[in-house]
Amino acid sequence: MYVYDDFDRAFIAERNRQFRDQVARRIDGSLTEDEFKPLRLMNGLYLQLHAYMLRVAVPYGTLNPGQLRALASIADRWDKGYGHVTTRQNMQFNWPRLTDVPDMLDALAEVGLHAIQTSGNTIRNVTSDPFAGAAADEIADPRPYAELIRQWSTDHPEFQFLPRKFKVAVTGSPVDRVVTRAHDIGLRMIAPDLFEVIVGGGLGRTPMIGKVLHPGLPAVDLLPYLEAVVGTYNLLGRRDNKYKARIKITVHENGLETIRDLVEARFAEIAPQFDGAATLAQLARLKRMFADPALDSVPDLPWQAARHADPVFRSWADTNLHPHRDAGHAIVTISLKAHGATPGDVTSDQMRLIADLAERFGHGDIRFTHEQNIVLPHVARGDLPALHRALKAQGLATANVGLASDIIACPGMDYCALATARSIPVAQEIAERVEALKIEHDIGPLKIKISGCINACGHHHVGHIGILGLDRAGVESYQITLGGDGSEDAALGERTGPGFAADQIVPAVERILSAYLALRQGRDETFLQAYRRLGLAPFKEVLYAA
Amino acid sequence: MTRDPIVQVVTANALIEGDVVYLTASGDWTRHLTQAIPFADKAQAEAALAGAGRRASEVVGCYLADARQTAQGLEPVHFREDFRRRGPSNYAHGKQAAA
Repeated sequence: MYVYDDFDRAFIAERNRQFRDQVARRIDGSLTEDEFKPLRLMNGLYLQLHAYMLRVAVPYGTLNPGQLRALASIADRWDKGYGHVTTRQNMQFNWPRLTDVPDMLDALAEVGLHAIQTSGNTIRNVTSDPFAGAAADEIADPRPYAELIRQWSTDHPEFQFLPRKFKVAVTGSPVDRVVTRAHDIGLRMIAPDLFEVIVGGGLGRTPMIGKVLHPGLPAVDLLPYLEAVVGTYNLLGRRDNKYKARIKITVHENGLETIRDLVEARFAEIAPQFDGAATLAQLARLKRMFADPALDSVPDLPWQAARHADPVFRSWADTNLHPHRDAGHAIVTISLKAHGATPGDVTSDQMRLIADLAERFGHGDIRFTHEQNIVLPHVARGDLPALHRALKAQGLATANVGLASDIIACPGMDYCALATARSIPVAQEIAERVEALKIEHDIGPLKIKISGCINACGHHHVGHIGILGLDRAGVESYQITLGGDGSEDAALGERTGPGFAADQIVPAVERILSAYLALRQGRDETFLQAYRRLGLAPFKEVLYAA
Repeated sequence: MTRDPIVQVVTANALIEGDVVYLTASGDWTRHLTQAIPFADKAQAEAALAGAGRRASEVVGCYLADARQTAQGLEPVHFREDFRRRGPSNYAHGKQAAA
């Protein structure tokens, strides 16, 4: 993985020194809150409902064990013993004191982490496939490109005050695990060193599926092309109305062809200023940093034996493993969705265990996923039973990845100052309900996503079942959408009708699940396939029947 | 049936801890809604808010929140204020930790 060089270390140290001074000046009254707020946001520090929240950037979700241990120590020393994995593959701490944050940032810097550009109208943390470098279905590892973009976008002088925040995702696989079509820019590798560029996707108040801006951009042109896109947006994007300021609106209002023409013109203008040879050399250097680990040859017998003898292990293996490009290995997803738990929360003890297990079994490679789980991408099949036993002892072996209880939920009104309703209790209750009914393995693949406000941090628009929490005349109300899809066949969900009260939303979801089980054409027809065949009507009927 | 009167309280987040605070009759900040000073008069509430807003070294984001004056004391009107008063519903990490 990428390792900080002297330039990175000096840059972070200087930013941290500046922020320490800014905090001191806020406390002694030299800075007003209006002056301080943009400074703290530039360093990932929000003020939420009950406390400050520090959002730590985890570039493209990749961590090493030392970094995860540092996050665990921060959770113990300055927070409440846990961290929260976010839908942008970051980690949030929900309870820091303002005076502790400079020390937290210094502790992060010691392991090559920071919180810069995790807020504000800048280019945010670049997300990528949590299975990068391991998936059998991958063309090439997307992380060198994601790192190239991270370096280009970090502290980019032209892009610190964009009309709105700007999110980039990169995938190296035709199987889209990063929701490229719901990003400001999605980069989808179509051949080695060649990307389809998707622009203007996004969720939030006005959800839109991104459109193809460039069908096949060579990697050597990535930086000038991205600079042309963001530069065009920076000039053209609306600053009169924050709800119309994202690039999706810019593309929608100006038309894709106009945007393309402007980008091409800008690209022609600035491309000569970029040194293509240097870009390729840097990419080659980054590819070496993300080189494949030397995979071990571990006897397969324990895997075969455990599958045969242990149904709990078999159930976990059926749901939480993904095919690795090496047949003797597997990609392991550690579920942070124990039934009834807060989606994405991981305790400091669990973080330390995962760090140890990554060293022992996983070549020291750890990923956070946008679905709020943790991945060990390179585990020998013969090591899986031992890994499973260790995870189970810490409550980390829930066999539910990709199932009904593997729910994305934003923090909602339990934490977020912007939220209009709670998300976490709804997720907890749905998970407990499907577990009590023992139906989720029968239901099969299902993505339920919950947002606590229209900003859609819980990605509800692309949930097979999406739930949006709203404030309706002072009462929490939950709208349901069906048929959303964040995959390569991206689609926005369709609203079913009036919302449900807080005590009615879980029974409503249960009615949808029961209807699916009754209507599907056998177990092979997934919820999404059944929905696409049947449409909204039969589900509306069970939702709103008197 | 008589309805509980609706009053207003001055609330904010503490500058250092970030937690929810309310203005008291003595001009201090309390962590407990029940100890807040209620304002039935709009002009008095606005004046108290203006005064609180000048105490930037103590608090952030002052505003007026509606509260219901019941026999048991002040109760939030809106569910958001109820969560602010109590803490998150998934862990006893907020004010409920000290309750």
